[in-house]
Amino acid sequence: MRLEPIANPPLARRLGLPALAIAATTAFGSGLAAVAGADPFATLGLILTGAAGSRFALLETLNRATPLIFTGLAIAVAFRARLWNIGAEAQLYAGAILTVLVGTSGLGLPFVHPAMALAAIGAGAVLLLGPVLLKTRLGVDEVVTTLLLNFVVLLLVSYLLEGPMKDPGGMGWPKSEPLPREARLPRIVEGLRLHWGFALALIAAVAVWVIQTRTTLGYEIRAVGLNPRAARFAGIPVGAVMVKTALLSGGLAAMAGFSEVAGLKGHLSLDLSPGFGYTGIIVAMLALLHPLAVVPSALFVAGIFVGADSMSRAAEVPTYIADMLLAAALLFMVLALGLTRYRVVRG
Amino acid sequence: MTTGAGDEVLRLTGITRRFGTLVANDGIDLMLRRGEVLALLGENGAGKTTLMNILFGHYLADAGSVTVMGRPLPPGNPAAALAAGLGMVHQHFTLAEQMTVLENVLLGTLPLWRAGLPLGAARERLMRLAEDFGLAIDPDARVGTLSVGERQRVEILKALWRDARILILDEPTAVLTPQETDALTATLRRMVGQGLSVVFISHKLHEVLGLADRCVVLRHGRVVAEVSTAGATRADLARLMVGEEVATPSVAPGRPGAPLLTLEHVATRAQGTAHPLRGVSMTLRAGTITGLAGVSGNGQAALSDLISGLIAPTAGRMQIADAPPRGWSPRAAVAAGIARIPEDRHKTGTVADFTLTENAILETYARAPFSRRGWMDWRAARDFCTRLIAAYDLRGSGPEGRIRLLSGGNMQKLILGRVLEHHPRIILANQPVRGLDVGAIAYVHGRLLAARDDGAAILLISEDLDEIMTLSDDIHVISEGRLSPAFPRGTMTTADLGLWMAGQGFADAA
Amino acid sequence: MMELLDILLAGSFWAAAVRIASPLIFATMGELICERAGVLNLGIEGIMVIGAFTGWIAVYMGAPLWWGVAAAMLAGMTFGLLHAILTVPFGLSQHVVGLGVTLLATSTSYFVYRLALPEVTSPPRIEPFQNLPIPILSDIPLIGPAFFNQTPLTYAAFACAGLTALVLWRTPLGLAIRAAGENPSAVAAQGLSVTGLRMGAVIVGSGLMAVGGSFLTLSAFSSFFFEMVNGRGWICVALVVFGAWRPGKAVLGALLFAAFDALQIRLQQTDIGQIVPYQAFLAVPYVLSILALILMSRRAEVPAALMIPFNKGER
Repeated sequence: MRLEPIANPPLARRLGLPALAIAATTAFGSGLAAVAGADPFATLGLILTGAAGSRFALLETLNRATPLIFTGLAIAVAFRARLWNIGAEAQLYAGAILTVLVGTSGLGLPFVHPAMALAAIGAGAVLLLGPVLLKTRLGVDEVVTTLLLNFVVLLLVSYLLEGPMKDPGGMGWPKSEPLPREARLPRIVEGLRLHWGFALALIAAVAVWVIQTRTTLGYEIRAVGLNPRAARFAGIPVGAVMVKTALLSGGLAAMAGFSEVAGLKGHLSLDLSPGFGYTGIIVAMLALLHPLAVVPSALFVAGIFVGADSMSRAAEVPTYIADMLLAAALLFMVLALGLTRYRVVRG
Repeated sequence: MTTGAGDEVLRLTGITRRFGTLVANDGIDLMLRRGEVLALLGENGAGKTTLMNILFGHYLADAGSVTVMGRPLPPGNPAAALAAGLGMVHQHFTLAEQMTVLENVLLGTLPLWRAGLPLGAARERLMRLAEDFGLAIDPDARVGTLSVGERQRVEILKALWRDARILILDEPTAVLTPQETDALTATLRRMVGQGLSVVFISHKLHEVLGLADRCVVLRHGRVVAEVSTAGATRADLARLMVGEEVATPSVAPGRPGAPLLTLEHVATRAQGTAHPLRGVSMTLRAGTITGLAGVSGNGQAALSDLISGLIAPTAGRMQIADAPPRGWSPRAAVAAGIARIPEDRHKTGTVADFTLTENAILETYARAPFSRRGWMDWRAARDFCTRLIAAYDLRGSGPEGRIRLLSGGNMQKLILGRVLEHHPRIILANQPVRGLDVGAIAYVHGRLLAARDDGAAILLISEDLDEIMTLSDDIHVISEGRLSPAFPRGTMTTADLGLWMAGQGFADAA
Repeated sequence: MMELLDILLAGSFWAAAVRIASPLIFATMGELICERAGVLNLGIEGIMVIGAFTGWIAVYMGAPLWWGVAAAMLAGMTFGLLHAILTVPFGLSQHVVGLGVTLLATSTSYFVYRLALPEVTSPPRIEPFQNLPIPILSDIPLIGPAFFNQTPLTYAAFACAGLTALVLWRTPLGLAIRAAGENPSAVAAQGLSVTGLRMGAVIVGSGLMAVGGSFLTLSAFSSFFFEMVNGRGWICVALVVFGAWRPGKAVLGALLFAAFDALQIRLQQTDIGQIVPYQAFLAVPYVLSILALILMSRRAEVPAALMIPFNKGER
């Protein structure tokens, strides 16, 4: 058995296979529900209504999607340049730490929101810079270093929350001092539980898309990702492009931390992110690494999480069905993508 | 065994194989006798490699059958082909470099599930085989440390180890010096003397005449002729191979002008197993083509990387026009007016998933009009690409098509256009016609000669001595990173150059 | 200083180091086999989780301990098969598939755990493997408690490493596996199936990773809880690089690494532990792994065909 490249895949193949991947994921989910002893259709229905069946559910999904748009963009940007940033979780927390530090500094900064965001972006960018320099200078695989840094940064957060950043009024809980009211992100529409972080995420998606298609940097990133050897030969400064990509990717992931702290939680705690950094990989892959597609992809993923939470309260199906569904969706989607470009032939 | 019918060891009947709309093999019949050397001659793309892949079970034929020693060979089964006594020496060696010679030879010869490796006995048998066929080799050397000629010996030994009765060599001399080629010829003669049969695949006419008893010519996937090499001439074979009368191109000599690129005692750092440059001096003059002959892997890559801007000299001086370049990099090389035609147009020259437009500006994207203050001007880029398509007769796709869909010749035209449109002063052409068909070859050579006549200094790197000798005003030979003096047009024969390629002139000169 | 000396001279310290190294040795051998065949298996973290869970639940439901190990191995091989199908014949990105397998294996463990024990707040304990002192040898100071008074699963870890080295360097199968990771066309040219060799290596390697995971529940902690693997899989990926893709060096790396881990646990109880926050100690394994990667970056002998699909795009 061999794989034969398809020179110019027809539209039916390019759309049909991803659609098939979604269908396969749904079938897989039904199977899981059946294994758990629940009615598959009812379970999927409960997930759907839990995600989008009411105004409350919909807003919950939009809120959950906000950090996922940021981490999804961070991964999409990095993977395009073939930079395997699996450390979005750590970059998110680095952004969250700086957001709290700047927001609670009591300096009374006039532009507190931009200041917090910039500090967060800086922290996330710097955190990814190390692994990228190790990759470009010494050839150290960035997958493992960024993965390991996730654990290190989480321990750092744990230390900060039990030590220097501990909230004196927190009744002993490991959480930071809350941001003052003026440092919180306001809601987009008064009365609706949706903060400006969501709008910022949408703006970020458009910005990344413009960068990729319209700017010189975007051209460089795509060239480096598709063929680093040709890019180097042509005179594209591959190392510098990698570094710029890292700054962009780390900064985007850190924006997720900023948005969660300043928009939703108001403080830093160890449960700030239930793995948004890792889930960002799924979001990016389901979006085929396209920045605009990251938005619907994040909404879909967030919907599954929110829907599964609400479903598991009603039915006897564990909420981890969401993680399984998404892992399966990721694998089905990569397979669909692979089969779009290659066909399996005998001999 | 003595009768005529018993002499037949291999027969291919009606082999047909299609790839999409392309018919790579079209009803091919082939027969091989015991103790015979058969040449399979054809241009790139004539279907030689596909045929061998079918024979060895790597591809399935759409139609046709193979018999070995009178028995039908099951299709699509590489193990069965090997067991039937077929042995293959691929053009690109199939050796694991970090493993030893002995390990490479033993690979796949023992039942997978047996415990233990009989290394001692195997070492002895390998030494004996090597001696029998004049293939000296150290069984415990890591393959990665061996020269190209030695690696080929390992490949031949692998086949002999399996008691191959029929040995098939794909372009065996492409990587050898003329003298190594002679040694290979002697080995092959010894093998047919012991009753083996040999098929070798080539597009080099003089080798076919020198080595083979009989020659089968393939064109566009079909057998177009079968001739005995006794009495055949190169012109005969060339006409059969190409299908038309091939006029030997006559090239008017260039008119040398000012030196545009000078290297003085330049050395480079070693990279991998390829040779670095050792004290190389050369001058490229305006209006001339300088040819670089040599067996591949002797420093061509280092010289090409140096002039491309990928590496900088570690010693010696490099001058472009009159001044040493500052901050040497690919971008600096482009800025200095060097047109670079890379050896591998698929992997180095183009980004396969980029459009023609995106590939056309690969070297100049950062300059106006394509880029202004960090923003791309795609209209300017598209206009540039449209101009190239028209000026270079580029067929197969518009500016928005992906370049992976183009044929090799059209891809090379885009690269040519990309660099020549900027009127370069210096042109580095590394294997510019490798893998192209006759029409595309003529086109590329014509463009290079025109650029020369416009006053460019051209460095032509090629493994094809005929190409070098036809086009070059001066020829350098490179061997183990050392460069011979420049030999003006017409002062050297192939044999003279061969001695230098084998490194012989250098010892005398030193 | 005296405290450090006290720690290093205690048999219990070295026993702990070897105990901590055992699951790493299993999983590192598994990863090493995969990578020697040319496949990076980032499913390792999740496969260790599913191994830990399967071994534990099997024993909890009444299976003998060794059956638990076998069940873990089987579960690991199943996910290995999934990884192998996607990365070998289909040639998909080993990075993405590996992470996907990790996510799927981890969430499957948690899902089934919740299904099996819906109401439980603290996970039930099982009776784990007991130490099996080897007569006479276990009485040697330091070395005895370290290497000869451990559970059978620790002995199995060292046997596994020896066997891995033996198979890879002293059998025709090992020769073929290594060649598949160096130059797969050399393997195919000899009539062997690159696909078969690579898939087999990934499946068997994944089985070993899962056994490493089961060590945590069946020999070390005696119950299953979430996050218990906690990055050990990623550390094993670093150990393979640190060991230059050689079983012997990788075992030494695992022991060295485990010694540091055991040391940091003990240092937390000393005066140093009063000054330095415990999180710094807990970060030691991850920081060490990163340092190991940096240290080895210059002289790593990576299998030449690692992460390169074989049958893709050529004609």
